[in-house]
Amino acid sequence: MVQYLLMKIFRALVTVTLIVSAAFVVLRLSGDPAIIILGPEAPPEAFEAFRRNWGLDQPIWVQYFKYFVAVAQGDLGNSMRDGRSALVVVGERIPLTLAITLPALFIKLAIGLPAGVVAALYRNTWVDRLIMMLSVAGFTVPSFVLGLVLAMIFAVWLGWLPSGGSDTWAHAVLPTVTMGLVGAAVIARFTRSAMLEVLGQPYIRTASAKGLLWRNVVRSHALPNAAIPTLTIIGFLVGSLVAGAVVVESVFSWPGVGRLLVNAVANRDLAVVQVILLLVGLTMVGANLAVDILYGIVDPRLRIKRLQAGS
Amino acid sequence: METLLSIEDLAIDFDQGKRFVRALHGVSLTVARGEVLGVVGESGCGKSITWLAALGLLGSRARISGSVQLNGQEIAGAPENDLAGLRGGRIAMIFQDPSSSLNPVHRIGRQIVEALKLHRGMTGASADAEAARLLDRVGIANATRRLREYPHEMSGGMNQRIMIAMALAGEPDLLIADEPTTALDATIQAQILDLLTELRRDSGMALVLISHDLGVVADMSDRVAVMYGGRVIEEADTGSLFDSPAHPYTKGLIAALPDIDGPRRRLESIPGTVPAPDRLPPGCSFAPRCAIASKICDARMPAFLPYGESQSHFAACVKCRDEKPAESARLSGNKHVLVPA
Ligand SMILES: Nc1ncnc2c1ncn2[C@@H]1O[C@H](COP(=O)(O)OP(=O)(O)O)[C@@H](O)[C@H]1O
Ligand code: SF4
Ligand SMILES: [Mg+2]
Repeated sequence: MVQYLLMKIFRALVTVTLIVSAAFVVLRLSGDPAIIILGPEAPPEAFEAFRRNWGLDQPIWVQYFKYFVAVAQGDLGNSMRDGRSALVVVGERIPLTLAITLPALFIKLAIGLPAGVVAALYRNTWVDRLIMMLSVAGFTVPSFVLGLVLAMIFAVWLGWLPSGGSDTWAHAVLPTVTMGLVGAAVIARFTRSAMLEVLGQPYIRTASAKGLLWRNVVRSHALPNAAIPTLTIIGFLVGSLVAGAVVVESVFSWPGVGRLLVNAVANRDLAVVQVILLLVGLTMVGANLAVDILYGIVDPRLRIKRLQAGS
Repeated sequence: METLLSIEDLAIDFDQGKRFVRALHGVSLTVARGEVLGVVGESGCGKSITWLAALGLLGSRARISGSVQLNGQEIAGAPENDLAGLRGGRIAMIFQDPSSSLNPVHRIGRQIVEALKLHRGMTGASADAEAARLLDRVGIANATRRLREYPHEMSGGMNQRIMIAMALAGEPDLLIADEPTTALDATIQAQILDLLTELRRDSGMALVLISHDLGVVADMSDRVAVMYGGRVIEEADTGSLFDSPAHPYTKGLIAALPDIDGPRRRLESIPGTVPAPDRLPPGCSFAPRCAIASKICDARMPAFLPYGESQSHFAACVKCRDEKPAESARLSGNKHVLVPA
């Protein structure tokens, strides 16, 4: 178990290093921020000063090294646009994003998990077909299309909800529901196949053969086993709480991290983009690590093998 | 001998989406109280589904007809609650792959106690003590410690012992052992068979021993049913089956047995393979592989009729009677009235 954990933590650190480096490479090599921030018509001295200020005049590997040290110290620079700390600029958007992604996560799980389980239990019946039809619809329709359709119905036609902005709680409803439905479709499909896999296992037949009623076979033998692979996808959803809302935030003009990212990329506000990329990377890695640890706890096969005399 | 379980004309059709495919064609078998019935046949002959169907364990895609009686009471098509009460209680079953037949996320102890609670209402410390006693009974040392372990921490042989302990938890009248040693290596295989023999002697429970290996059932069984293509094609007391096998398929299985005493020789395995349920030939299902098949074999599936002098030897082959006409051939094929007294 300890060895398993150390290995997972080491892998997480390597991933973080790669993410930090990737953020640097992508941003530095994709164009000169001075030109974009100052505009092509700015006087050459202004470029000089800007580059010197931001250290852009130094050789790339020096920049990389300094950048790495700075990141390690938690110094992620200032927004090139308004001069405030990039961390603060991003940080103040996080609660807004969580305000829609957390309830959306709840919807995804509350609908997706039971739907997947029921579909598997009633495999090949109309119940299964209906759930799978909705599920396929849910994840083949892009979320911006679903968002626009929902906005059309509930904002434009019925006038029950606002179609964009963030002034009241009502504004959060459509982006939350849009994300929740799309995610529920994905979870339902995944849960169904995890459950079907488990239901086909010999130990399920054993449980029936020992005299358990089917509902108890499902409850105490099928569900605990199906929960294990489902952890992976739940971890993925938790990992995308911060960044998974780019499209929906744009569609509904919700001023969260996702929309900030879109704007920062458009403006080549390197420091802000960098912070967001790191944040996304870290939450992903963190969620993955949490899943790995949970696996170690939930799945006895991953716990340390006790030393014991043979058969 | 008093009949414990009787299966009468059991047929199974599997729903293959567009059509039903018949995998079992009217199988009739009986198990007397305390008796050991061996069931042999190559893989795919319908051995497992016969007994899974009898316990209602085949699921909703199987359409089952015929009768299954336990102590004279019809259990085929009985309500799920009634069947669940019998399973693991009156009739227990163990399977081919012990390690994947135990739930990987639950401790051994929990899985055994679950059966004790269901069938004997035991909980808490008394259930734990009984579970430990059962592990001890099936030859597992350090029982109390083992109860806290998981299936993946044990070898296949140990897991099969645990499956047997779990089956014993309900104090069954009948244990159905479906290829209990197929996944195990030879030494362990012998140990498990010895354990089954010993348990059966002590408890007097009846045993259905299913195997694709005639050698495995030969030593232990009172009576052997040979299955082919979803039918029982020969059935006899074990001695009679080996002394005077009637059906060419049975002869083939016997010829393929390694000689323990005699000189080593090449095994003569039967050429060809078992046909899939939807590919059965029109007449005798063994005809494509039968060395002595001729035109009459293709007319229809041969009837299952008495063979030889024994009142309890039956075979389904049109040619076997040419060699050794049966006096009782005109008796009805309704053989479970003819079970040896
Ligand atoms: N659930 C199922 N659906 C369709 N066909 C099945 C199913 N289970 C078994 N069969 C078919 O029934 C036949 C007999 O199977 P089985 O009883 O498992 O054979 P065996 O004698 O090896 O135990 C095989 O041809 C198998 O393919
Ligand atoms: S009936 Fe014909 S084909 Fe079938 S086993 Fe007998 S001889 Fe062979
Ligand atoms: Mg089988």
